Amino acid sequence: MLRPTSEAELADMIRAARGPLAVGGGFTRGPRAEGEPLTVAGIAGIDLYEPGSLTLVAKAGTPVAEVERVLAEGGQRLAFEPMDLRALLGTAGEPTLGGVIATNASGPRRVQAGAARDFLLGMRFVDGTGMVVSNGGRVMKNVTGLDLARLLAGSHGTLGVVTEVALKVLPAPEATLTLAFGGHDPAKAVACMSAALGSPFEVTGAAQDAASGVTRLRLEGFAQAVAVRAERLAKLLKAWGTAEVEEGPGPWAAIRDVTDFATRPGDVWRLSVRPSEMPQALALAGGAQRLDWGGGRAWVLVPEGTDLRGRLGSFGPRAVLVRAAPATRAALGTLPPEAPAVTMLSRRLRERFDPRGLFNPGLSEARAA
Amino acid sequence: MEMPVPNAAILARKEAIVARLRAVLPEGVIDDPAETRAYECDALTAYRCPPLCVVLPRSTEEVAAVLRVCHAEGVPVVPRGAGTSLAGGSLPTADAVVLGVARLTRVLEVSYEDRFIRVETGRTNLSVSAEVEAEGFFYAPDPSSQLACAIAGNIAMNSGGAHCLKYGVTTNNLLGVTMVLMDGTVVQLGGPEGEALGLDLLAAVCGSEGQLGVVTEAWLRILPRPEGARPVLIAFDRNETAGECVAAVIRAGLVPVAIEFMDRPCIEACEAFAKAGYPDCEALLIVEVEGSEAEIADQLRRIAEIARGFQPMEIREARDSSEAARIWLGRKSAFGAMGQMGDYICLDGTIPVSQLGPVLGRIGELADSYGLRVANVFHAGDGNMHPLILFDANSADGLHKAEALGFDILRLCVEMGGCLTGEHGVGVEKRDLMTDQFRPEDLEAQMRVKDAFDPGWLLNPAKVFPLHVSAGRRAAA
Repeated sequence: MLRPTSEAELADMIRAARGPLAVGGGFTRGPRAEGEPLTVAGIAGIDLYEPGSLTLVAKAGTPVAEVERVLAEGGQRLAFEPMDLRALLGTAGEPTLGGVIATNASGPRRVQAGAARDFLLGMRFVDGTGMVVSNGGRVMKNVTGLDLARLLAGSHGTLGVVTEVALKVLPAPEATLTLAFGGHDPAKAVACMSAALGSPFEVTGAAQDAASGVTRLRLEGFAQAVAVRAERLAKLLKAWGTAEVEEGPGPWAAIRDVTDFATRPGDVWRLSVRPSEMPQALALAGGAQRLDWGGGRAWVLVPEGTDLRGRLGSFGPRAVLVRAAPATRAALGTLPPEAPAVTMLSRRLRERFDPRGLFNPGLSEARAA
Repeated sequence: MEMPVPNAAILARKEAIVARLRAVLPEGVIDDPAETRAYECDALTAYRCPPLCVVLPRSTEEVAAVLRVCHAEGVPVVPRGAGTSLAGGSLPTADAVVLGVARLTRVLEVSYEDRFIRVETGRTNLSVSAEVEAEGFFYAPDPSSQLACAIAGNIAMNSGGAHCLKYGVTTNNLLGVTMVLMDGTVVQLGGPEGEALGLDLLAAVCGSEGQLGVVTEAWLRILPRPEGARPVLIAFDRNETAGECVAAVIRAGLVPVAIEFMDRPCIEACEAFAKAGYPDCEALLIVEVEGSEAEIADQLRRIAEIARGFQPMEIREARDSSEAARIWLGRKSAFGAMGQMGDYICLDGTIPVSQLGPVLGRIGELADSYGLRVANVFHAGDGNMHPLILFDANSADGLHKAEALGFDILRLCVEMGGCLTGEHGVGVEKRDLMTDQFRPEDLEAQMRVKDAFDPGWLLNPAKVFPLHVSAGRRAAA
């Protein structure tokens, strides 16, 4: 395992590489690519935290847990609620900030606050030629030059190895309340969640468990405001049933990490579909289902080897394979096929940023439709 | 401003090129020099150049047809939204075709259940919000030109506005686009689902200043309108104290929808112009919060309590909408007020909020050294500064001196950990300062994205990248 302890050392290793590199942080967020493992875990540490500017700058190998601890001491947090996929995927290791950004890992609060990439202020990375690149900065409004930082967010390390990120952080709430409605099928759940997310009450989580039929809506903020909003939201949604109020953090960490699929056998897929069309997609999908993001995201558990994309028809191109045996992954592909023009642009970018094809070959690469 | 020498071969072929464009766009080609004059500049009026001709397509297909012709002819194309760029983002060159999206104004779809609107990009920013207003929704990015500016330009410049602290900028509210590449290929990036599964190409396109393609349609996130909003005005006797108060408000867990800062020169100008009744002070903050009546009252109480710890000269809470309007009156008339006092240029750098005090001090020293006056208005929550440099356009070197001071102020922003432009874009205005913020490697990486999308370097020539930095690529293309 290559484990550089500085950006310069990383650049040297990349220049010296003679074959593919499996780039990662803690390698907790998916299958490891072919090639010599290279971790940024040794390039770690928080460089700057200014609570009054809502700004954190940290090295890519910094453990997520450390970032969350330091932010909590300042009464703040990563608002995009990055998930921990270790239980679901059966991986071990220490999740890193670089891994969060490289996979754009975003939890339930994405529906209201945005994804990891939305909180990215700047980035440093090393490309496939060993060139160190800085993009963006540490300030909240910045349109100077092309936005490479967001392009690299979610690229699974295939355009460059992230060494440092600057993030916007937000205050942690004083109080959290969850409204829980029972007896919902997906159509009813989506209608209820859409009504909630279309209200002015700033719902920060909207998820449904198809097995129990429970739809949950989360409210966060100052205690008094949250209590009033919960009451008014329950009233607004009374056509969807009587809401039970759960105080405190509730089951949102488990919803975020899809932990109830962790111990169950089968392949796990995620769907990204317009909420209003999700019930239709889920009817085609079958299996066990969990809805998040107001119905815009679904986690689906199906028997091993199921070609879910085939079942989904026109929704097939919105399905990503999250957990499966290597043979299934090889046969079906992690990502759905994409439009030829998108594949062409992506290929040209990869050729320019990683001309020797070193970084995570095959990972995050879709086939042309 | 250095611009590339126009391609003589293209100028010589003007008639043939116009004829080919007319063949694909019979009703939408303007080549009469009297009419193309209207497109010789945008809101950065100091720089002008009439284009070869102007095309005004009515659909994505027509945009593709036009671009195929230009690509085949090797003619540069300058995409143009409403022409409100303050950075010269749509300044033509003599050998370029201006492609205006002004006739692409349809609303294609609205979904309140999925919370998006899909529009053609010639539509104005404000009319997008107007379209969904009756259902209680709005489109969050609100640049001050929102009455006139087009969504196309908002996407090109990744526009912000006064409410970014809470709602983010265009990139955070853009779900997808339909875009035409320079060779006429139509491509959809992102979509109503708002999540990239492969590479997030949409992220690279937003804010790319027309370097990568012509965006013709967009899926935009719409949000439920808050129940109400109200400001409080807080006056201080020192700029630094105002800055410290902003940080303390944010540290206390409040995220106001806007925190605006004005310094004494700005306050005095606004007072003389709009008579908003602002206190006589060195610095004032306008902090606006949103929510229900009770939530607004609670947040304003918390803010006032924090502010009192900084010995403010006055705290003025708006008790009703007319008092709120009075508080905003001066701030909203700031640019008009400065216009009354003379010519000015408006800067757009961003600094870390923590550097507010020192930066304002240094700006004052720089202004003195040039013998010019600078007034500061500032989105204090996000550090986006708009120093206004007053000058006399009738004096021989007035503009030149003001620009030189502006460059020094922007370099100061970079030096203090900030950037050259927070929301206006680079365009031609800040193009030659890019090497102050970026190392050659950083610009190299950005230009590779341009290479991938527009290998012939025909889109929006001479913007963003300093000419000497892009010379090799342009020559090889």
